[in-house]
Amino acid sequence: MKALLVILLTSILVDNFVLSKFLGICPFLGVSKNLNTAMGMSVAVIFVMLLSTAITWPIHTFVLVPLGVGFLVTLVFILSIAALVQFVETILKKAMPPLYKALGIYLPLITTNCAVLGVTILNIDQKYDFLQSMFNSLGVGVGFMLALFLFAGVRSRVDKADVPKFLKGLPITLIAASLVSLSFFGFKGMIEKLFG
Amino acid sequence: MHFAFSLAVKAGDILIPVAITGGLALFFGGVLAVVAKFFEIPLSEKQTRVREMLPGANCGACGYTGCDGYAAALANDGVPTGLCPVGGAPLSASLAEFLGVEAQSVEQRVACVMCNGTSEHTRTRYEYQGIPDCVTASMMFAGPWACTYGCLGLGTCVQACPYGALSVVDGVAIVDNAKCTACELCVAACPKKLISMIPMREASYQVKCRNLTSGAETRKICTVGCIGCSRCVKACGDDAIHLDGGPLALIDQDKCTACGKCKAVCPTNSIHSWGTDVGAAPAEAPVAAGVAQ
Repeated sequence: MKALLVILLTSILVDNFVLSKFLGICPFLGVSKNLNTAMGMSVAVIFVMLLSTAITWPIHTFVLVPLGVGFLVTLVFILSIAALVQFVETILKKAMPPLYKALGIYLPLITTNCAVLGVTILNIDQKYDFLQSMFNSLGVGVGFMLALFLFAGVRSRVDKADVPKFLKGLPITLIAASLVSLSFFGFKGMIEKLFG
Repeated sequence: MHFAFSLAVKAGDILIPVAITGGLALFFGGVLAVVAKFFEIPLSEKQTRVREMLPGANCGACGYTGCDGYAAALANDGVPTGLCPVGGAPLSASLAEFLGVEAQSVEQRVACVMCNGTSEHTRTRYEYQGIPDCVTASMMFAGPWACTYGCLGLGTCVQACPYGALSVVDGVAIVDNAKCTACELCVAACPKKLISMIPMREASYQVKCRNLTSGAETRKICTVGCIGCSRCVKACGDDAIHLDGGPLALIDQDKCTACGKCKAVCPTNSIHSWGTDVGAAPAEAPVAAGVAQ
């Protein structure tokens, strides 16, 4: 139980995907303009990350490893995630229109997101078992949400600030992103102190 | 023998991954096909018909993702019928008739390039030899023209327009009102934010200048720039012209009655008029020029 908690906290704070591993930067910059889009995107990301892990971990463990073709992870995982998202989208559209509307355009957008592929592959690299993988994916998704929410707040302030003309738009956004990322360095070592 | 053996091993090395990937792809494809069949949502006939009525330009000016998005919203959510600027009033009316709702009046609008600084009125500060694109040129000291607010004349808006309504004549883009569908793609494309949407009326008056520098400064660099003398403000009997945010007159199109007094008093001829009956390019109409001085 403690191990799972450590994995969860580590993936949310210390190894935050966006701010420490720099995965999923595209949606991080693209949809962090306001809290509504940030919410939709992050819920969709958590949803897809959990589902993808639930399908890619068994594929890796029960298909790729026994057949000795572990090197195919990238290819097979991309294939599985893309098919899975398509599958879920079709079903949601019919069965749960409100949820489909809420996730909206974000669901297909995440299909090719590096953060989703990243979490599934890192689960394998870390040699997590199934439960640990699921917790790690949840943590990564929540960490993504946290990063997006924090940054949406930062951006709303930057929008009101008197930014020099040459820094307006993307440059100041990137600078702000790097500062937020830097602040997450503060969590380094926290987990060891708490649980170690 | 040795050669054949190693070949066999290599073939297996390749075949197994290919079989696995191919098998998985086939499996997923099959599942997706079955799911798509079972969970198919038939489009309502209403929506299909509405989609056929829309122009299919997919410009997004209605605020939806394209004509499909607007058709879905029209058929299912009962949004106003007058959002499509391409179809305009006739489309709004026919949509309203088909959907059985009240037609929403559409004020037809056209794009207008708010600059008149052709090469005879202003000059360049340096010779620009870069990529013929306004965005690129505006990065080089705000463009080659003496007026940094004016049209760069390199045709980024021309490329953005899917209807061929824009053209560059002597360094300034002009809009062909007959071809303009008010999709606003040029408004977004212009790096100088010079293109405004104005109502399509029988007669319309515009201050075709966006220069915010002082009058003396403007006079030095352009002979047709607005110098903020506020003569038009005083001449206007409808309180439609104001100098907001700098020495630049702006005409409130909601209040303007197109009386033409402003154009008559403008000392620099920066106020221009056109009529919808002209159809094509904004009428240069130097009629009032003599009255100006």
